[in-house]
Amino acid sequence: MFVQILFGLMAIVIVVTSIGVVAVRNPVRSALNLVANFFALAVLYLLLYAQFVAAVQIIVYAGAIMVLFLFTIMLLNLGSPAELSERGEIKRPITWGLALLFVIVLAGGVFSRLSEAQPAQDDIGTVQMVGKFLFTDWVYPFELTSILLLIAIVGAIVMAKRRL
Amino acid sequence: MSTLLENPWFVIPLRIVIVLGFVLLAVPVLTWVERRVLALMQIRKGPNRVGPAGLLQPVADGIKLFFKEDVLPEKVDRFIYFLAPAGFLIPVLCAPAVIPWGPDDRLTPIADINIGILFLLAMTSLTVYGIVLAGWSSNNKYSLLGGLRASAQTISYELAMGLSIISVVLLTGSLSMREMVLNQQGNLGLLNWHVFRFFPLGLIATGIFLIAMLAETNRAPFDLPEAETELIAGYHTEYSSMKFAMFFMGEYASMITISAVMVTLFFGGWLSPLPFAPFTWIPGPLWFLIKLGVFIYFFIWVRATLPRLRYDMLMRLGWLRLLPTALVNLFLIATVVWWLS
Repeated sequence: MFVQILFGLMAIVIVVTSIGVVAVRNPVRSALNLVANFFALAVLYLLLYAQFVAAVQIIVYAGAIMVLFLFTIMLLNLGSPAELSERGEIKRPITWGLALLFVIVLAGGVFSRLSEAQPAQDDIGTVQMVGKFLFTDWVYPFELTSILLLIAIVGAIVMAKRRL
Repeated sequence: MSTLLENPWFVIPLRIVIVLGFVLLAVPVLTWVERRVLALMQIRKGPNRVGPAGLLQPVADGIKLFFKEDVLPEKVDRFIYFLAPAGFLIPVLCAPAVIPWGPDDRLTPIADINIGILFLLAMTSLTVYGIVLAGWSSNNKYSLLGGLRASAQTISYELAMGLSIISVVLLTGSLSMREMVLNQQGNLGLLNWHVFRFFPLGLIATGIFLIAMLAETNRAPFDLPEAETELIAGYHTEYSSMKFAMFFMGEYASMITISAVMVTLFFGGWLSPLPFAPFTWIPGPLWFLIKLGVFIYFFIWVRATLPRLRYDMLMRLGWLRLLPTALVNLFLIATVVWWLS
């Protein structure tokens, strides 16, 4: 019962803050909505017994990436909402249409597989299990991802320091 | 008594009271200790008027802060301006929940979760939001600069800190803080602690953590976010009364927390340094407090001794000295652990 109530609460928070991210004019508040969203998502991971993923969600996304986002927003001082709002009569209906299409695809995907869904196993999210799967079944994707990140870092430095 | 300690409805509130009560009561004492020790080191007197040896000075300060006028600057972003002090204090007070203060696992930690150290890292990485948002919402250029500096500094030093924590995780094979302390138990006493493990590799990891912890808590010589000679008071320039007090309390509480982490990770937690008779009579929590006090003293000592770093020196130290050292050290520790297994 407690789990259901917590899930409901967090689901509401996620929906509200997700809308907030795109609806709020002020970029700092928008970023804060995203931070709240990450928190609620971390709680959902905890409800699925994925403690490690929940902790990493907060450390990496809320604790590092969003701080960098805020840093950039503050550094550029994106304060005035008037300059940020985009105009255009054609863009808006297309955006709504695409968003609606995405919701339909997502809902269809979820509801068509709903009967196969099973409750989460309570040992699946421990660090030991994640580590074991990461270095056995998923070792190639894992290593490829690390190479991808390395390329991204090198690329970022090359772009930033043209006259190195 | 033992049946009462088995009852979760009794013991979990008790744990929260023990940990939070200790941290919150230690903060005012710590402000007095810091001012007196600084005065001693600078050949001054320090607060010595209110109460015996000035011991009631924190009470007087507290009353003063409560009754001070709460100035609200005109062009602040109100919601975020009010949110920021709480956003700083709450994660700071959540962090000690996973630290074991003594051998009795019924009393502390509040929750011995299997991702203990990750929880702690998550909470300490969140404290920067309070600072950054305070700096931004104040609508003051000094505050903004302080907030920007804080975010850049915290992210830079979190990496080196994380790598030195990973070396302890490698030595222990667990993320639980309790397991980390138990892993340092042995016949050799303090030679079993992680700080002396695989000499000098453990010592290097400890040194990296020591420097990173000063930077993470924004204390001297890394107090650039509130460098008073350049930025007035940095991110909390526009805060007054209790909202300022919340930042102040948060800084001291995070000093206590990070010192406790230091003791737990590298200095054997509640274990006695010499494993024979007169030393083992002293109970574990008292050993923990003694070690904690040593690191708190270290914080104050460094503040009185070292000048503040320049911003480029701070970044160079973090990225070009600490991070590569931590990486190489981690690699060496991993090699030794693999070789011994």
